Amino acid sequence: MPSANGQSSGDGAAPRALDVSDLEVTFHRRGRRLPVLKGITMHIERGEAYGLVGESGCGKTTLAMAAMRYLAANGTIDAGRVLVDGQDVSELSEEALRKWRGGKVSMVYQDPTQALSPAMRIGDQLAEVYRYHEGTGKTEAIERARESLRRVAIPDPEATLHRYPFELSGGQQQRVVIAMALSINPQLLILDEPTTGLDATVEAEILDLIEELRGRINAAILLITHNLGLVARLCERVGVLYAGRLVEEGAAKQVFTDPRHPYTMGLLRCVPRFGMNKTDAALQTIPGTLPALGEPLKGCVYSARCPMAKPVCVRREPDLYAWPGDGGARGAAEAEALPPDPAAYSPHHANPVGEASRHVRCYFSPDVPEMPVMTPVLATSLEARGATEGNVLSIENVQRTFKDGRKKLTAVSDISLELKRGETFGLVGESGSGKTTLAKCVTGLIAPDSGTIEFEGGQLRPTAGRRSKDALRAIQMVFQNPDSTLNPSWSTRAILTRAVRKLGGADRASVRGKVDKLSADVRVEPRFLLQKPLDLSGGQKQRIAIARAFAGDPTLVICDEPASALDVSVQASILNLLVELQTNEHVSYVFISHDLAVVRYISDRIGVMYLAELIEVGAAAEVFNPPHHPYTEALLSSIPTLDFDDARQRIPLRGTMPSLSEPPSGCRFHTRCHRLLGDICREQEPPLQEAVSGHTYKCHIPPNELLVLQTETAAAAGRGSAADAAEPQSIGASDLSAPAEV
Amino acid sequence: MLRLIGRRLLLMIPTLILASVLIFALAEVLPGDVGRSILGPYATQEQVDALNTELGADKPLYERYWNWASGWVTGDWGESLLLKQPVFPVVMKGLGNSLLLAGFALAIIVPLSILLGVFAGLRRDSLLDRGITISSLSMTVIPEFVSGVVLLYVFAVALKWLPVTAMPPDGSPFVYRFYYLILPAIPLMFLELGYIARMARAGTVQVMEMPFIRTAVLKGLPRRRIIFGHLLRNAMVPTVTVIGSQIGWLIGGLVVIETLFVYPGIGKLMVDAALTHDIPMLEAAVLIVAIIYMVSNLFADIIVALLNPRIRKGA
Repeated sequence: MPSANGQSSGDGAAPRALDVSDLEVTFHRRGRRLPVLKGITMHIERGEAYGLVGESGCGKTTLAMAAMRYLAANGTIDAGRVLVDGQDVSELSEEALRKWRGGKVSMVYQDPTQALSPAMRIGDQLAEVYRYHEGTGKTEAIERARESLRRVAIPDPEATLHRYPFELSGGQQQRVVIAMALSINPQLLILDEPTTGLDATVEAEILDLIEELRGRINAAILLITHNLGLVARLCERVGVLYAGRLVEEGAAKQVFTDPRHPYTMGLLRCVPRFGMNKTDAALQTIPGTLPALGEPLKGCVYSARCPMAKPVCVRREPDLYAWPGDGGARGAAEAEALPPDPAAYSPHHANPVGEASRHVRCYFSPDVPEMPVMTPVLATSLEARGATEGNVLSIENVQRTFKDGRKKLTAVSDISLELKRGETFGLVGESGSGKTTLAKCVTGLIAPDSGTIEFEGGQLRPTAGRRSKDALRAIQMVFQNPDSTLNPSWSTRAILTRAVRKLGGADRASVRGKVDKLSADVRVEPRFLLQKPLDLSGGQKQRIAIARAFAGDPTLVICDEPASALDVSVQASILNLLVELQTNEHVSYVFISHDLAVVRYISDRIGVMYLAELIEVGAAAEVFNPPHHPYTEALLSSIPTLDFDDARQRIPLRGTMPSLSEPPSGCRFHTRCHRLLGDICREQEPPLQEAVSGHTYKCHIPPNELLVLQTETAAAAGRGSAADAAEPQSIGASDLSAPAEV
Repeated sequence: MLRLIGRRLLLMIPTLILASVLIFALAEVLPGDVGRSILGPYATQEQVDALNTELGADKPLYERYWNWASGWVTGDWGESLLLKQPVFPVVMKGLGNSLLLAGFALAIIVPLSILLGVFAGLRRDSLLDRGITISSLSMTVIPEFVSGVVLLYVFAVALKWLPVTAMPPDGSPFVYRFYYLILPAIPLMFLELGYIARMARAGTVQVMEMPFIRTAVLKGLPRRRIIFGHLLRNAMVPTVTVIGSQIGWLIGGLVVIETLFVYPGIGKLMVDAALTHDIPMLEAAVLIVAIIYMVSNLFADIIVALLNPRIRKGA
């Protein structure tokens, strides 16, 4: 049997798990050289976990691939070295490289559905690692595959061996990928966005697993992610990449609580902290966009977007100065004295200056805590947004069942809710809980089997085809992926013009004006109107998609994960835009998202769905604080936050999500509930309990008892009441001026 | 899996009925007067009426169809108007000959085209890839009667390396037949090779870019294992479907080649039957070709299901 701690014995000073020095990687496209990584120097100690953050396109994955020696065919390493476990990766022979991959370094990927071979049994996929790395015989390899599945706590390892990837859930697939990566006890485990795209509770499970495995394996971890909370939870150190440059590096806690590079600060400010709401703080965004590959940059790579940039920043690029220290100030003085350097970049700037554990590539690190704050529009109160007594939308007892072969799947079960003018209703729940089906019933894309949907006082017809033009115009939708919702062969002006004509019914002359106004409203510069969606960035595309939805002055816009596919800074600007449009146009939103902090931020009221049922509804702050439904409690406990003193108790959900075709009897959540009372939960459907006026949940435990239970849990976890966890944290917008004071 | 095959077989029944109705309609109803269309404009009306009575063409349509279709099922395919002998053995002999030619051609085409296509796909945009793609594409655009005539002239007439006809003299050993089939098989290869190879190349290129291939590389598998274990069974799905649809054509659609090489296959049989108004023969031959199409597509679907566990498990 392979021992989990097979540390190589021998020469005392073991080499670092990863040691990258002055690494330059260039992509070549149509004869152009596009530098992706510029003089990266970093290392990961044995057994250490290192987080690499930055927006997409910063070069995170390229760095990982360089460690695997698996760059795209048009990518070359122009300078520098990558040592893994002391071995220069570029010097390996073909055969040695093969054994190297999966042996010394292994990888866990973003999308486990795609990462597993679709037509091969799980057992064979695991066994082949042993067979081709250690020459293990077939039977023994399968035996070891079974063992490795046990290690990642797969419920039924024996059965899983014989399954195909499509027969497993996303979380189980990722467990298999992790088991595969750990088969040969690697020195370095690269996790590339390992939980992106997984549901909150599944993400939490995978994180628990990784954390738990860290105690048993000796692999160092390189975690690549855009989710800062993940790094805060898993990693000791963190590096921040921007445009191929390492701009800040240090202990994760220090970097996140006291950022000293404007980009790090910008990233931290644009994520909604847990408990933030649009009425009390606006999200900070990073102005401008990431430079395109190969775009010439003067001086500091970040200067074009930096709110504190000074002339010296474009004169010469700052080095990676030790912090705390006066390296930045001296560097700035030096740069002032020198003649302007047109190239403004030379590889010698790459090395960290000094032996300190923390480095920042900025002349003005001491001033970063006082980085100027932008003042986007704050949401006004619900009344100011035009809310009146009456409801814009009221859904009553809506039910929708699908047929899957002989099975019946109830995707939406007896749901009622209402929405006021100018109000945002957040809908949360894991995939398959029925959020999108409910949204489709409202837009008329699918007809409910029973129940009524009232809109502005009148009853809506079940399908869009039978609704009046006015009803169609008034209910619009913004989808998750603007790539597939905007016609790729039309210019954006054509897309908006058509929408204005169809929805607004305007004449030719006024159409042009309306399109211009719409694009100005969503902050898309007129020059982009001539381009096709392909030539726009993700954020711009989503802005166009939002403009399209607003073309006919809608009353209700359904946003289905509108910012989930975007980078955090872009997400912040899209959320701000939605808030601003609501303030000006008094539109109502149904906002669907799996990101609880985002939902909490943007919503006035929140509904939680579980297995086709709406199990809890109430004001945003109330739903996210006790007393609340045990499922909501578990969901909330599962989110990784940036709070380093976070002692919230993780509430792992038992078992897996039951099938919609055979929902559990009694309370649908009873199979996974951590507050199970007993037979009453299994046998009787829970009543609707009212915690406070307007906040209801479906559970057998009455609110006062639930409050005691849930406050006890929070207290037992060591830190105040759970309500504290919902307070804006360190760099929340409430104390933007002094983020260092934690 | 068995359920899948069973379901597909059941589905073949309505398809077959529809095909038979269409064939019947095209052969007997559309020409109007069957007897007239057989005997031609110079026959007298009495002769035509007599023939119609003999053929049963004066009976109501549904009755004629029923008689024909039920006879077909029981193996009574009627009598050839031209040869004055039962249709069944004649069609079966033609089918056998066609199967031999198609099988011989396929045995070369399928492995060769998949090999070339996968090679080209694995070395995408290399010289080898360009060479394979361009040459196979240019071969595909040459019509078989052009390549057939040129090949006949060069190899049979000028060089005398290969026989001119496609059938060995009577009494030759069976293996001789393959030697005689080389020349007719080459134009078919020209046509099919490029098509199937392009399909195999496209499948390979597409799958090579899938994340699971990256997983396979980065878990340190040898190249051979990646290709045979992970690439091929996923990349070959579209190719198998295309081969399935081409088999039907190779067996029933070789009218030109069989005529050019005077090969007594079912394609030539159909053309001759059509030209001589031998309607029972024509109907039987066309229907058998329709069945071959269906069966080869069914086989392709079964292979696809074997390759893809998702389909096999009915998900």
